[in-house]
Amino acid sequence: MKRRILSVIAGTAVLSLAAGAASAATLDDVKSKDSVQCGVSQGLPGFSNPDQDGNWTGLDVDFCRAVAAAIFGDPSKVKFTPLSAKERFTALQSGDVDVLSRNTTWTMSRDTALGLNFSVVNYYDGQGFMVRKDLGVNSALELSGASICTNTGTTTELNVADYFRANNMEYELVAFEKADEVVAAYDAGRCDVYTTDQSGLYAQRLKLTDPGAHIVLPEIISKEPLGPVVRQGDDQWLNIIKWTHFAMLNAEELGVTQANVDEMKSSDNPSVKRLLGTEGEFGGAIGLGNDWAYNIIKAVGNYGETFDRNVGPDTPLAISRGVNAQWNQGGLQYGPPIR
Amino acid sequence: MSDTSNNPSAAFVRNEMIEQSAAPARAVGIVAWLRGNLFSNWVDSVITLIILYGLYLMIPPLLNFAFFDAIWSGTDRTACTTEAQGGVRAPDWFGGCWAYVDAYFNQFIYGRYPDDEQWRVNIVFIMFFGGLAPLLIPSVPFKQANIIFMSIVFPVASFILLTGGNLHYTGFLLPGFVMEPSATRFWVDYAIITAVVLAIGYGVSRGTDSDPEPMVKMVLWIMGGLAVVLALFAVPFGLEPVETDRWGGLLVTLVIAITGIAVSLPIGIALALGRRSNMPIVKLFSVIFIEFWRGVPLITVLFMSSVMLPLFLPEGVHFDKLLRALIGVAMFSAAYMAEVVRGGLQAIPKGQYEGAMALGLGFGQMMRMIILPQALTLVIPGIVNTFIGLFKDTTLVLIIGLFDFLGQIQSSFTDPTWASPVQLVSGYMFAAFVYFVFCFGMSRYSAYMERRLDTGHKS
Repeated sequence: MKRRILSVIAGTAVLSLAAGAASAATLDDVKSKDSVQCGVSQGLPGFSNPDQDGNWTGLDVDFCRAVAAAIFGDPSKVKFTPLSAKERFTALQSGDVDVLSRNTTWTMSRDTALGLNFSVVNYYDGQGFMVRKDLGVNSALELSGASICTNTGTTTELNVADYFRANNMEYELVAFEKADEVVAAYDAGRCDVYTTDQSGLYAQRLKLTDPGAHIVLPEIISKEPLGPVVRQGDDQWLNIIKWTHFAMLNAEELGVTQANVDEMKSSDNPSVKRLLGTEGEFGGAIGLGNDWAYNIIKAVGNYGETFDRNVGPDTPLAISRGVNAQWNQGGLQYGPPIR
Repeated sequence: MSDTSNNPSAAFVRNEMIEQSAAPARAVGIVAWLRGNLFSNWVDSVITLIILYGLYLMIPPLLNFAFFDAIWSGTDRTACTTEAQGGVRAPDWFGGCWAYVDAYFNQFIYGRYPDDEQWRVNIVFIMFFGGLAPLLIPSVPFKQANIIFMSIVFPVASFILLTGGNLHYTGFLLPGFVMEPSATRFWVDYAIITAVVLAIGYGVSRGTDSDPEPMVKMVLWIMGGLAVVLALFAVPFGLEPVETDRWGGLLVTLVIAITGIAVSLPIGIALALGRRSNMPIVKLFSVIFIEFWRGVPLITVLFMSSVMLPLFLPEGVHFDKLLRALIGVAMFSAAYMAEVVRGGLQAIPKGQYEGAMALGLGFGQMMRMIILPQALTLVIPGIVNTFIGLFKDTTLVLIIGLFDFLGQIQSSFTDPTWASPVQLVSGYMFAAFVYFVFCFGMSRYSAYMERRLDTGHKS
């Protein structure tokens, strides 16, 4: 009896502590919490992983900081919730996180059936192959009969099956539960080919005994557009997420960088003026201050800068821009104009 | 007839004792030990040689990796990679990268707990080990004070230190139009609940014609004590609040394991007694509880708590992730503990119960003084087994996004700054070492306790 009453009290006490305001607009929630709650991965090099000082770093993490900068003018007003692949959507649906920025592939079923909205694509990924150089293979189409190492239970497995069947090729699958096991098996020569998302190939190559003896084949066999996700039904919040990314793209296109953003404020270019809020009232339309984009760029830089800082050629990952270049550089990143 | 003993002059009789000579070389010392244990016949000899060869194959590479070829200092992956891999080591170098463990050491212990606040975790560690050691050593006095410290002061102080305390109660019972959410409303609610409990208890006592006074006293004590604790949690001590998603590493492992151990034992004992009880409702409840929690895998429990529970809660209500895992782990291990304790209870002969009843002891006294002391000492190996299992099972919380010690190490594998072929091996070796130290410590202590209580009935 007493035990039960005690537990009821304890339970309700905890609940009431945590109970915040009921579902208002996400932006109002975020403002009253004074921070953006951002769901990230449990560790994916270059996208979201804690560094040795415990700070989150990566492309997805910088995006969250950009959102915080846009809203509060302070990139540190963001809290990160590491989520496993399985719990990520529930966490967003239940309101545990405000935005899910966790290398999540935009697919039709996820966009439509889960009550979620994909906003933009901040990284175009795709599944690729890595092989030993001494195999003398230069194209994935020459891989017939190869044994292929990959993770179990992911779309990578299915993509491989689709690709080989479509091209009438034989293959033997060697699957493991964890990425580390896959790399170790490939390194030990248990299979000829290692396949996963291309950004992952670059990261895992660092763990090979002789990275120089392996090449990444040029073929991309699947589309993996990765981007931030929000709950359905809050268009204002969706707009904020979308335009945070677009502002970073536009900044790169216009040559506005973290270093020169203050000088650029006095630029005569009307596009720059609209971006940085010296002309027009664009911030107000999404419920933010007029200097929202200025704050983003001041805090994390433009898209190219965050790319270079986290995954670019000077990082250990050394990923080239490829399809993630600006549209006028032959890539797919296209920021709609601010006007 | 002659008596040789009386005739020392006979030539064949020794007059003095022979000097004690040393035992034959084959029967003493290391040679005898080797002959007795390793080479006593040809089968043993062959087995010994095979094992020695196996050790020769394993030990030197292990020592080379862990010590002789290991790298102890460095700032990034170049220190722990060969030239072909982009580092500075010779081509065939293969050794432990302790520089990486060193760089991450802080995170392995505290997770992402803010640097400036880590002294709070240190104090909790010191309080824990400082309070536990004298409790575990039988000859140290003041056991009672020590138990009070460990069971009341330590948990409350740890909670305040680790989270920062300063909770804001808003109340939950009275609707908003009666009273605005505030600390006052919470205490009014609290008083109402206390009054309701008292009234029910009083009514029941009057209805069953028993004296309501002890019940009233007990309720007041419990509610009063709880109120003091809750009030302490709300005191602004000026500590920076640290949310549980910043906790990690050994801190989380120990928090989960210790809470699980501390909660599961009393609940387990209660459930074991309940399952053997003659009261049908109590028995049914205990059986259902135990079988439910034993029937589902811990992973499922954790998944339910992290994936399903948020969907059932009203919108805007958040239940702390770590708290959810804590409750799940505690319930789960309580069910196992209950069965271990029940095994001990079964082993106590009926005569012990009857003797206790013949002395006029009540149920509580009988259990406290006669049955449980015997039953629990009997099942020490089983209890410690459950504890060790629980300690290692804490690693499962990784799947719900909490970084325990192993999870923190695994998450550090994703840092490209240190990525190298030896990173995994080094990290896992360190993890194995730390887990071994803890589990072996628990196991040794239980062996010591068994010897001391002579539960094996060897002597």
